[in-house]
Amino acid sequence: MSKKKENSFEESLKRLQEISEILEKGEVSLEESLKLYEEGINLAKFCYNTLKEAELKITELKKQFESELKDNIRNGNVL
Amino acid sequence: MFENILSVSEITNLIKSVLEDGFSEVNVIGEISNFKAHVSGHWYFTLKDANAQINCTMWRGLNNYVFFTPQDGMKVIVSGKITVYPPRGNYQIDVRAMKPAGMGELQLAFEKLKQKLAAEGLFDPEHKKPIPKFPQKIGIVTAIDGAALQDMKSIAARRYPLCELVIAPCRVQGEGAAEEIVSSIKLLNQYDDIDVIIVGRGGGSLEDLWPFNEEIVARAIFDSKIPIISAVGHEIDFTIADFVADLRAPTPSAAMELATPNIEELFAFINEFSYYFTQNMYNIIEDYKYQVTQLITSYGFRIPYDNIKNRIQYLDNLIFRFQTLVDNKVNHEKNKLELLSSKIQSYDVSNVLKRGFAIVKQNGKVVHRLKELCLENPIQLHFYDGEIKVNE
Repeated sequence: MSKKKENSFEESLKRLQEISEILEKGEVSLEESLKLYEEGINLAKFCYNTLKEAELKITELKKQFESELKDNIRNGNVL
Repeated sequence: MFENILSVSEITNLIKSVLEDGFSEVNVIGEISNFKAHVSGHWYFTLKDANAQINCTMWRGLNNYVFFTPQDGMKVIVSGKITVYPPRGNYQIDVRAMKPAGMGELQLAFEKLKQKLAAEGLFDPEHKKPIPKFPQKIGIVTAIDGAALQDMKSIAARRYPLCELVIAPCRVQGEGAAEEIVSSIKLLNQYDDIDVIIVGRGGGSLEDLWPFNEEIVARAIFDSKIPIISAVGHEIDFTIADFVADLRAPTPSAAMELATPNIEELFAFINEFSYYFTQNMYNIIEDYKYQVTQLITSYGFRIPYDNIKNRIQYLDNLIFRFQTLVDNKVNHEKNKLELLSSKIQSYDVSNVLKRGFAIVKQNGKVVHRLKELCLENPIQLHFYDGEIKVNE
């Protein structure tokens, strides 16, 4: 995850937190709450995608590492 | 009296020839004292026993062949010849060879040197330097043709092929070995990229291992700025070198194992590390997912949904009420309509009646066909000008 993206993940999480608190207070109009709700859903989607991406990246890196290790063992680098 | 008067020189020379002829080949046992190794390399000492003592000298060329450095109090056997030294008018043994009177002597010399160096603090733990965990260059001070070196090489290759061995070969027993060990250690100390030095040799007798009991070797080890692992002989052999070294290994092979990490373990560590690290990352991600899910399903986010649901419900109610109102209205209008239409219908029926026709009804329904007529029941007849019931 690049630096910028990583920050925006944390920021979206924080914003999500804020929205849930605002909505919880319930002092906003329907219009406003709908807007907030939509924003919240989008943020959640963004967070899930970022996490999914991270997960894929890790699995990928792990696979790469393991295959490299096997290559090492296969062609005799490991005594 | 006073005949045949001799000069001092004459008498001394006479004595010299008598003694030197008589004692051209002597072997003498005695205890060393006042031992001095002259800068020139010549040794001067006296041999004594309970009742007498005799001076001895050993010229540099010869004393090179003595495999140990004599120490005061050591009992030795010397062989050589008597010589007279006219200028001082004394006689001495011109020593050609020397060996310890018995193995006990060596042991004694060992203990004495050990105590002396211990007293000086050469063995103190605070002087012990730590052995590096991942050495890149390992110095080895041993015999180039010894089995010890071969063992160490194969172990290093097996355990940690990354490291480089820098061998400073030297003799490991007999005359001059101690000096060679010292120069090898000093040589390696000139490099500044050697991480650790292994000084040692394979098994052997006390005499074989003796160079590692020499003081000069002990001091060279102590002064080395590079940590030294001593590996002399077998497990049971303890030499002064072992006490002074930063770490003592029971054998040369063990020394190489102490000096090098095991590549198998390193691979296992990397593997394990990568497993836990990955697991760790997955956990972090799961936690975040949990957090996001918690938020999105939190009470706050349900409110809009609930709000909307409530409002929808409210709307439904409204609509429902509207609907009922409208329905009522519509029904109402419909009824009115029906009335009107039935009225209208009744009008065109009355025209027909006017022309003389009549409607036959039974219990309110028009009888269209004769067969529908049921004679048992009352019959209503509608005429233009009125109605009548018959067959009551």
